[in-house]
Amino acid sequence: MDGFGVTAAFWGLSALAVGSALGIMLARSLLHAVLWLILAFAGLAGLFVTLSADFVAVAQVLVYAGAVGVLVVFAIMLTPNSQTGNSETRMVGPGLFVASVVSGIMVYIATQTDWSTAARGDFPATALEIGTALTNRYLLPFEVASVLLIAAMVGAIVLVRAARDEPERRELAGEGEGEVNTAEAAGREVVAAGSHGGH
Amino acid sequence: MIPMEHVLILGAALFAIGMYGVLARRNAVLILLSVELMLNAVNLNLIAFNVYLRPNPATGMVFSVFVIVIAAAEAGLALAIILRLFRNRRTANVDEADLLKW
Repeated sequence: MDGFGVTAAFWGLSALAVGSALGIMLARSLLHAVLWLILAFAGLAGLFVTLSADFVAVAQVLVYAGAVGVLVVFAIMLTPNSQTGNSETRMVGPGLFVASVVSGIMVYIATQTDWSTAARGDFPATALEIGTALTNRYLLPFEVASVLLIAAMVGAIVLVRAARDEPERRELAGEGEGEVNTAEAAGREVVAAGSHGGH
Repeated sequence: MIPMEHVLILGAALFAIGMYGVLARRNAVLILLSVELMLNAVNLNLIAFNVYLRPNPATGMVFSVFVIVIAAAEAGLALAIILRLFRNRRTANVDEADLLKW
């Protein structure tokens, strides 16, 4: 039922996803890694479309490529001196070994098992199916997921918010971070210039 | 028709790349990105199994939606922890955050 176009799209998007994933691993700059990650998410969304999972593809683009990407970019912008020059740890060799062994095992299982894939038919309205399943059979996990999101949001706010008796910005500015000092000084100069210009 | 093995092999490749990133990268943000990549590979496998093996109830897609929800919550919380770590220790590298090691 899949024509040549779907197969070509599958291979192209697979190359895009794997290449972007390798780009994440090879990037030294955090911002480049995030851009590669967003590209990989977009490629995976396209792959979901070729697998006729349209709702999940849209959710992927919205949540991953949009929200998570912006969130990570914000976090990178708030951690100034860790943006570039991110090397690997000593675990490069063991990491390569474990990853190749795990992927080898998975590929072996995937190719040796006798999947009866004859059941694949048309898959018309996945959004309707998912909505029905979420409101009937998976209603409790759905509600638990909403509670989890609330808890994660409140936890993130509590973690990031500065404590009231914490002299945080002063300490950061004084601790050898030249950019903050110069930025503040530049801001003060701008304000002074503005007030002079007004008079 | 795309064979299901090809989709599974693609998922395995993405999972392995993410696993290498989790094991070998130093920056906590990069480790988080690798975890997200692994979760996406899991999503790909769930959808492939759903579409090819048991298409009628969309259970795999419901599971992948839940995975997306939990990954979003995890990303927000992990980035908050990384920001906190950066404010306290002036670093986002996991091998320098060794306060609990003695």
